[in-house]
Parts: sequence; structure tokens; C-alpha cells
Amino acid sequence: MRRFLWAGTAISVMAISAAHAEESVEVLHWWTSGGEAAALGVLKDDLASKGVGWQDMPVAGGSGVQAMTALRARVTAGDPPTAVQMLGFDIRDWAEMGVLGNLDDLAAEQGWDKVIPAALQDFSKYDGHWIAAPVNVHSTNWLWINKAALDKAGGKPPENMDELFAMLDNFKEQGITPLAHGGQPWQDGTLWEAVVLSEGGMDFYKKAVIDADPEALGGETMRKVFDHMTKLRSYFDDSFSGRDWNLASAMVIEGTAGAQEMGDWAKGEFLRAGKKPGEDFVCIRFPGTQGSVLFNSDQFVMFDLGDEDKRAAQLKMASAVEDPTFQVAFNTVKGSVPARTDVPDTEFDDCGKKGMKDLAEAAQGGTLAGSLAHGHGQPSSVKEAIFDVVTQHVNGQISTDDALKRLPEAVAAAM
Amino acid sequence: MSISSTDTRRGLQDWLPRLVLAPSFALVLFFVYGFIVWTAVLSLSTSRILPVYKWAGFDAYERLFAQPNWYMALKNLAIFGSLYIVICIALGLFLAILLDQKIRIEGVLRPIYLYPMALSFVVTGTAWKWFLNPGMGIQNTVRGWGWESFTFDWLVRPDMAIYTVAIAGIWQASGFVMAMFLAGLRGIDSEMLKAATVDGASSFTIYRRIVIPLLRPAFLSAVIVLAHMAIKSYDLVIALTGGGPGNATELPSTFMYSYTFTRSQMAVGSASAMIMLMGIAAIMVPYLYSELREGQR
Repeated sequence: MRRFLWAGTAISVMAISAAHAEESVEVLHWWTSGGEAAALGVLKDDLASKGVGWQDMPVAGGSGVQAMTALRARVTAGDPPTAVQMLGFDIRDWAEMGVLGNLDDLAAEQGWDKVIPAALQDFSKYDGHWIAAPVNVHSTNWLWINKAALDKAGGKPPENMDELFAMLDNFKEQGITPLAHGGQPWQDGTLWEAVVLSEGGMDFYKKAVIDADPEALGGETMRKVFDHMTKLRSYFDDSFSGRDWNLASAMVIEGTAGAQEMGDWAKGEFLRAGKKPGEDFVCIRFPGTQGSVLFNSDQFVMFDLGDEDKRAAQLKMASAVEDPTFQVAFNTVKGSVPARTDVPDTEFDDCGKKGMKDLAEAAQGGTLAGSLAHGHGQPSSVKEAIFDVVTQHVNGQISTDDALKRLPEAVAAAM
Repeated sequence: MSISSTDTRRGLQDWLPRLVLAPSFALVLFFVYGFIVWTAVLSLSTSRILPVYKWAGFDAYERLFAQPNWYMALKNLAIFGSLYIVICIALGLFLAILLDQKIRIEGVLRPIYLYPMALSFVVTGTAWKWFLNPGMGIQNTVRGWGWESFTFDWLVRPDMAIYTVAIAGIWQASGFVMAMFLAGLRGIDSEMLKAATVDGASSFTIYRRIVIPLLRPAFLSAVIVLAHMAIKSYDLVIALTGGGPGNATELPSTFMYSYTFTRSQMAVGSASAMIMLMGIAAIMVPYLYSELREGQR
């Protein structure tokens, strides 16, 4: 394939000769929004103080799809960047291609095995070797509620699906959009996985989503999940389709909508709008999923560059990423929680403290599982196949019966 | 002046065009036809996340034609493509005939109709996304005027969304088709039209029996241009609906991109690209064939 891309190789030769000038890392990432870029600045400054330069390679696009496309082009041209922000199964896919480096020595020296939850290690390690440095843990089964609307509805956050529906009905009576939702397949998927977890519990989630068991995917519990989805759909406003998630968050912030199911990155939107947790908005686990955490984790994957200088810079970067001070500084800005479970929570706000406590407990109790919608439940081919069915059902293109029939089929076809 | 220097000059004049064309020819050969071959190879391989060269036969094509999404994409292309081509041509011809009536402000009207073509599909798609959004666009405005029951929510209805893609596409391209027909109309020999008028033909008859048949080359060009724009339209759908609601506006082009780059099924994506290429070839080859034959005549 290299023969096809002389041009790419020529560029890579130039890049290598330029990089020799000083020790530096070239980082491919998609943290381009205000808060994200600020969080990344923390790492940049930290590395600069250690004499490691930073070549930024940002590829805009929220879910990282564009960044992965750019990465494919770079690797195909024989010129991978030093470090790449990556999620879940993508890491495993790249590891299988045999192009990643090895961080075992550093991990052993700093004892990563003990402080990073095992569920995260599943993705940071391949074949028993460390290949990536986890930066943070996001979790997706959150419900964000407008405090004023909640107070009017009785002030008690819902604890199960019935209470959720009662609250949404009350929001409807208040004349606001009960549930703010963005109708993009990944958002439909995020809501769906929360309902799966709520209805079936963690065991069912693992069986249906992680193991992709055909009986669980087409069974009676799943029927209830899709029935809930149909009901939740009736609480959306008319123009939800195609809406970005942050616009849905804005509806809750402004009080034109009552609640939103979304990952903890939504907190960043609330904080940037000057809202305070507990006073202006309430963060709870999605009703029925208390005690369980669906996570996704941003990691910096280190490519094998076959160059000692570059490897030294890579190790410095990985070491900086796992530094507890950095983990606190970064995650308070980013809205996520640290990937290490031994970091104090004093700097975090109420939602952040709750997130850290939930994560530690879930990691202990075995109720921590990867989020399907964010690439930690299944490889992208299966994930998108599930999205297809879920999003068609949410949009009323197929009935619940069709969805139950198609879900196992689509998953099997994508394997 | 010696004979040899004249020879050299003549030789150079013979070779110069070829020399000048050679680099661009090589580039086209490599970057277009080379990559077509590469795509064909990938579609027969087991490639998933990255290109790998392991023979898989027609497995990817079988998987492609087992995908409900692919049929959705083909059905949408049939709806969108036929509406887009037929309405653009009808509207373009109608506008061109109206403009051809030697009206005074033609110079002002022509660019107004043609201007949407200057916008990219992304801008068109984004603008129409706002117009058609029931919460803030046309529906909301009309309801604000007091017509409370007015409903125009095609954009968010899975069964109607593909028609909104057609509306936005037609809005953008029909002015361009108008310009093509106008050029064709201006090329028609006015003596012939005068003769017809002297013979007592009404202007409707003149258009129907003389002018429109004479526009045949313009029709052909319009169909070719619009057909390949319909097949490759990707940015319009992404900007307007993002392929949704659900997957109601999936087209082969969006299918190809998502399978190749986001779903780690590069072989299936390549196979769909090859099918799209065959679709375009099915239109282009007969056209080129007829053009070449015309040239020989």
C-alpha cells in the first residue's frame, strides 16, 4: 500500500527530519471546543515544563470519527502520529493491526495496574501489554434536570422508570418540553443503553450488549425496553431530529425543557452557562440505574515509531498523563472524573464527587460496564448496527416487533 | 533561415501539447483510475479498519446486498434522483423560456436565478435545515401569522424527509439548468422561427415542434450533469438531515462513507462504491458512445 502513496511517504520523511530538532510529541485529538482545549492546555504546559515540545494535530468533530479517518490516512501512508486520543474498541482494532507501542515498563514502574480500574485496563492493554494511557472516565447514564422545573414537580428526583414518567408528565403540564433529546443515532443509542440498564439491570446489560446474546436482544425484557423508548419518544418536542446534544442541554439550561439524558460532558455546558449543581440543575443517575456506571474513557494511544528519541518523549507524555496532579487539573476542567481511583476528590464539584464515588463503588462491585453508544461495548461495526435498529425505532420507521426481530439479525450480520 | 530550424520548430509544435498535457494526464490516470482499481481490489478483500490485501472473493458484495440500509439507500436514490432530474429540467426549461421573451430586466433576473449554484451544497443544506425545521422555520413562522393548524414538518418525518432533500437540491440546481437551456435557446437560428411565424404557427406550437426538439443537446447535458450530481450528493444530505431521521435519508454516498470510515467495514464500503461507479457508468457510457458517433457523422 505504501507504493500507492509515495506522496505520503515523502511528507513523512520531511516530518521526521523536522521532529529531530527537539524532543516533541505529535498528538492527534478532537478536543477542540473551548473547555476541552483548555483542559488539553494543562497537559501541554506540563510537558513544556519537562522540555517536551507539542505538535498539535486537532481534527474537529465531536465523536472523533473524522479524527479516526485522518489517522487511517496517516498510518496508511506509513507516518503515524506519536500519540492519538482514542476510545474503546477502536484501540483494540488498532492494536490488532500491530502498529502500537508498548508502555509495560512505565506502567510497572508507576504501578498502573493497581490504580486503574480493571474495566479500563481491558482497553488500555492488548494481549497483556499496556498500549495506552487512560486520561479520564466519562459516564453516560446520567439525567440532567432543570431545578426550577423539578421543584414545581414536587422536588423529588425520580428513582425508577414510573417516577420518571410521572415527572415528565408533570413537565408536560407545566408547558415545557419534558425531555430534551437530540435525534442523532448516537444520542438515541445513549438513551437506549440507559433504558436497557434501567429495565434489565447490569447482568442483563452485560448479556445483551457486551455479549450480544441473541436471546437477550430479542427477548421479553428487550420488548419492555423498546416499549419504554416508545413512551419516552412521546415526551420529545417535534424538531428533535438531527439536533446536537449541546443544543438539547441548552434547552434544559434555559428552562424550555425539563430534563436530558446525556453523559457527564453535559455538565460542562451547564457550568459554562454559569449554572451551579444543586441550585440551578440536578444531576442524578438515570432512574433505575443507581449504583451502576456505564463508562467511556479517553485514552492516549502510543504508536510504535521505531525511534528511541520519540519513544522517550512518548514515555514522558504517558507518565505526565497518569500524574495525579494532572488528572485532577484536567478532569475538573473537562467535566469527567480521573482514570485513577486513588486521586482525592476535594477539587471537584458535587456532581464530580458523586461521579468519582459511583465509579469507585461500581469498579469494586462489578457494576461497571462499557458504554455501547461510546465505543466501549462493541466494535464500531456492531455498535452502528444496533444504532440502526434503535434509531429507526425511535423515529417510528419500524415497530417494536420489527425491532426485536431485527436487532439480533443486525448484530449477527455485523460481526 | 535554414530548413533544419523550421523542422525543429514544427517538431516542437507537434510535441508541445503532449508535453504540456502529460503531467495532468498522468495525475488523472493515477489519482482517478489508479484509485478506482484500488477500490476494486479493496472490495474483493477482507479489509475492515485498514486496507488489507487478503482475497475474499465477492463476500463484501454479498454482505452489501444483505444490508437493509443499502436497499434504503437505493430506494432513496431512486426517489431523490428522479425527482431532482425531472423537476430541475422542467423548472429550468420553464424559466429559460420565460426569460427568453426579450424582457427588459433579463440582465438582473438571470443572475438571481443562477446564484444559488454559487452556494455550496453544505450552505444550501444548512440553510434549508433551518427553513424546514418545524420549531423555527416555515411552519413556526406561518403559525405565528395566525394559521395555527399549518403543518410542514417533512424534515422530521421519516417517510417524507427524502423529499426535503429533493426540494433543497432542486432549489439549488434549477437556475443552473435554466442557464444551460437559455444558452441553447439563444443558439437557435432566428430565421427558422421567423419562417414559422410567417407560416402562422402559434408560439406554443413553435416551442413544442421546433425549439424544444432543437434543444436536444442541452437536454442530454442537463441529464448527465444532474444524474451524476444526484449519485454523488453527500454534503447536501449530511448538512440537511445527517442521514436521518433514523436512516430515512440514507443515500449510497452516505452509506459508502459510513461503512468505509466509521463502521470499520472497508470492504463493504468499497463494494458499494463500485456499485455506484457502475451506476454512473451505465449513464455515461451510452452518452459518450452517442457523442462519439455524432462526431464521426
